[in-house]
Amino acid sequence: MAIQLLVNGSEHRVDADPETNLLSALRDRLDLTGAKYGCGDGQCGACTVLVDGRAVRSCITPLGYAEGKRITTIEGLERNGRLHPVQDAFLETGAMQCAYCTSGMILSAVALLEKNPNPSGADIVRGMEGNICRCGSYPRIAAAIRLAASRQKGTAR
Amino acid sequence: MEPERYELRENPQYDFPMDRRDFVRSLGGGLLIIGLVTGLQAQESGRGRRGDQRMPEEMSAWLHIGADGVITVYTGKAEVGQNTRTSLMQAVAEELRTPVASIRLVMADTDRVPFDMGTFGSLSTPVMAPQLHRVGAAARDTLIGMASKQWGIERGALDVANGEVIEKGGSHRIRFGELTRGQELVRTVAHDAPVTPASEWKICGTPVPKVNGREMVTGQHKYSSDMSAPGMLYGKVLRPTAFGAKLVSVDARAAQSMPGVTFVRDADFLAVAAQDPLKAEKAVEAIQAEWKADPQPSSRELFAYLKANIAETQTIHSTGSIPDGMRLGEAALRETYHVAYIAHTPLEPRAALAQWEGDKLTVYTGSQRPFGVRSELAQAFHIPEERVRVIVPDTGAGYGGKHTGEAAIEAARIAKAAGKPVKVVWTREEEFTWAYARPAGIIEIASAVRNDGLLTAWEFHNYNSGAAGIRGIYIVPNERIEFHETKSPLRQGSYRALASTANHFARESHINELAHAVKMDPVEFRMKNLQDARQRAVIAAAAEKFGWGKMKSGCGIAAGFEKNGYVCSAAEVAVDRSTGKVRVVRVVTAFDCGAVVNPDGLKHQVEGAVIMGIGGALFESLEFADGRILNPHLRTYRVPRFSDVPELETVLIDRKDVPSAGAGESPIVAIAPAFAEAIFSATGVRLRSMPLAPNGVKT
Ligand code: FES
Ligand code: FES
Repeated sequence: MAIQLLVNGSEHRVDADPETNLLSALRDRLDLTGAKYGCGDGQCGACTVLVDGRAVRSCITPLGYAEGKRITTIEGLERNGRLHPVQDAFLETGAMQCAYCTSGMILSAVALLEKNPNPSGADIVRGMEGNICRCGSYPRIAAAIRLAASRQKGTAR
Repeated sequence: MEPERYELRENPQYDFPMDRRDFVRSLGGGLLIIGLVTGLQAQESGRGRRGDQRMPEEMSAWLHIGADGVITVYTGKAEVGQNTRTSLMQAVAEELRTPVASIRLVMADTDRVPFDMGTFGSLSTPVMAPQLHRVGAAARDTLIGMASKQWGIERGALDVANGEVIEKGGSHRIRFGELTRGQELVRTVAHDAPVTPASEWKICGTPVPKVNGREMVTGQHKYSSDMSAPGMLYGKVLRPTAFGAKLVSVDARAAQSMPGVTFVRDADFLAVAAQDPLKAEKAVEAIQAEWKADPQPSSRELFAYLKANIAETQTIHSTGSIPDGMRLGEAALRETYHVAYIAHTPLEPRAALAQWEGDKLTVYTGSQRPFGVRSELAQAFHIPEERVRVIVPDTGAGYGGKHTGEAAIEAARIAKAAGKPVKVVWTREEEFTWAYARPAGIIEIASAVRNDGLLTAWEFHNYNSGAAGIRGIYIVPNERIEFHETKSPLRQGSYRALASTANHFARESHINELAHAVKMDPVEFRMKNLQDARQRAVIAAAAEKFGWGKMKSGCGIAAGFEKNGYVCSAAEVAVDRSTGKVRVVRVVTAFDCGAVVNPDGLKHQVEGAVIMGIGGALFESLEFADGRILNPHLRTYRVPRFSDVPELETVLIDRKDVPSAGAGESPIVAIAPAFAEAIFSATGVRLRSMPLAPNGVKT
C-alpha cells in the first residue's frame, strides 16, 4: 500500500504494509533514525515524534493515522542551521548521558512547552512521565526544559 | 577476573598487529605515537608480555598527527554514556595544550585501536586517562624536539599552545601539522613519561560539554541500531519457549515460501532475514517449532534453590575467632538479606549490523567489550580474529549489561546465510529475557557489638550475588567473610557496581540495625568503628550537607567504598500511611574518587547512579517461572521515571593529590541501605529484601 507522508516539510511516498508502524517507516524506509526504538509498546517515549504538533509514540502509531498529517522528527527541528531552543537548552545543561532517550525527550518537551509555555516542576513531571531515561538524566532534562521555557518567555512578543 | 563476571568466559587468544611503518604511511605520514598496551589493560586477557622478542609487535598506535595538524587518538574504550569520549579527549588536550575540539578520538574499532579488555570496572578514568596523558605528553615532547632542532633553539625555551609549538617570550611559532608534514615519524611512549600534574590541569578538571552533544540533540548520531548498509536485510531470531530448551522439530515451509525471506537453521538456531522488519517478524511467526525444556525453578522458590545449590565456597577473609568475638559482644544480631535479579534495561537494546566480504567479517554493535566480541565471533565462525572487525558506535548505555556479543553473532550468522548485510535489533522483550541479569543473592550476617559501640564479631556469607565489595570498611577484630557460588536459574553477569550493591545493602543495613541495638546514632556508630580518613570524611560531609540529626523521622544513612571511590548517601523518604507508597524526598551523596577530571560530568554520573539505584532499591525485580521471564516489558518491569526523582545534592570531594578513580559505579552502592534505614525511621518496619517496597510498605 502506498502512503503519502509529510515529514519535516517534505512529501514522501512510502510503500508499506498498512500494519507498519510510523516508527519503522521513518527509520527503515526514510532513514530518519533520530526516533528510537526503546520498547515498541508505548512505554518509554524514545520513539516520540510530533504529529500535527502533538507528541505521539510512533512505535504504536499506525502508518495510516499519520497519512496527510504534519510529522516532525528530531531531524526536522533545526531551522536554517539554528537549533530549536529546546535543543539548545539540552546542550547547555548537558541533559544527556548515552543520549538514546534524547530525541524523544526533546520532542516531548517541545510539545509540552507548546501547550504550556510556563510549566511548573509538577507540570514537567506530568508532561514527561512517559519518557524513560535509564541513565537517570531526569534532573538535567527538567532543568533544560525550564531553561527553554524561560528563554521562550523572554522572546515572546 | 572478578568472580562475578560470569558472562566473560573466553579471552582473546591472538593479536596480529599491522606493521606500524605501513600504518603511519597509510595515514599519509606525520607523527605516530605508539606504545605498549599497559599492564592493567592487558592483564585480564592473558596477553601480558611474552618476552622481548615479541615486544615490538605488541606496540599499538595511540596518537597520530597528520600534515593537516589533525590530532587523532585511538582507544579501545567504548562510549556507553559515561562520558568517556569527552573525558579522554580532555586528557590529550591537556598534554598538548590544545582545545578539545581539535582532537579526534577513535574509539572501540578493533582494526584501528590498541587492544583493550573492555569498558567496565570503572577503569577508563584510572587506567586509560593516565595512558592518554602519557601519550599526549610524548607527542608534546617530540614536537618540541622537532622544533628545537629546526630552529636551533633549546627545548627549555619552547612550549606548545593551541596546536602550535611556540618560543616562550620569542617570535618563533609553527603549527603541529607543518612540523610533521612529509615525515614518517614513529615515537614510542615511555611507560613512565612525565605528565602534567593534576594540580596544574587547565582542561582536565573543568566542565567540558559532551563533545558530540550536537549530534545527539539533532538525532544525527548513528547508534548500532540505526546503522544500515546497501542491500541490508533485517534479521530476526526465533527464540526457544524456555531457557535451555532443545529443538524437537521444526517446520519452516510457510516462512520459506514467503517472497524475499531467507530462513536460517543451524543446529537449534532458527532465524530469518527479510527486507523489512515487519516481514521478518511475520516470517518468524510462521515457523512451527516444537521445543522441549527441563523443569526450572521460579522466582518464588529462588532463595531456597540458591542455598540448596552451592557449587563452591571461598573464604574471602578470616581473622581472629568468631566464637570469641561473639562472647566479647554485649549485643548480638543475626539477620538475612535478600536481593532479587534485576535487568540492566539499557534503553538501546542489543543491536548489530554484520557484513561479510568473502571471509572477512565486519560488525557494528553496541558493546562494552569490542575485543571480547571479536573473540566470540572468531570462535563462533572458526575464523582467525584478524578477519573480524568489531566497531562500537557510541552506544545507548550498558551499565555492565553489554559485555557479550549475542546480537553480533546472530546478525553475522544470518548475514552469512543470506549473503547480504544483516541487522538484528533485539526487542525489549528479548532484551529482558535473553540478556543476562544482575545476580540475585542471599546474605547472612552474624555480628556482635559492645555497649560502647565497638564491633567485636562479623561473620558474613554471600550466596551467589558475588564477591565485589564483600570486605567491609569497618575494623572488626574477629571476622569471617565467605562467598558461596551457587547455580543460578537465570543467566547472570556484571551490573553497575557488580555485586557491591548487594553486599553494601546487607552490610550497611546491618550496621544501622546494630547502631539501634546499642542505642547509638548511625553516624556516630560508624565513626566509632572506622579508621580510614577518606571514608570518615565523606560520611561527615554527607551528614553535614543533609543536616543529619536535625530531623526526627524518615531519614537514613549508609556508606561504602567501591572501585577506589568513597561514598556516603543520606536519604529522606516519605511513606504514605494509607497506601504504604514510598516516595524518596531527598538524597545527599558525598563522593570522593580522587582528583576530579570533569566535575560536571562526574556530578551527572553520580546523579545517574543514584536514580538508577532507586529502581533496584525500591521496585525492580525480574519475576520468572518455567524458564521464562514473567515481566519482560516496561509495563510490568518498572524503572525509575520523572516522578521518582528526589531532590538530589552531590558533594564532590576533589582530591588533587590522589589519582582519579572511575565514578560511574560507586555512588550506587549506599542507596538501598540508606532507604531501608529511612523507611525504618519513618514506619518502624525493617525491610531486608531488595527491592524494598515494590508494592509499598505494610505498616
Ligand atoms: S519505543 Fe515507542 S514508546 Fe518505547
Ligand atoms: S541518556 Fe541514556 S537513556 Fe537517557
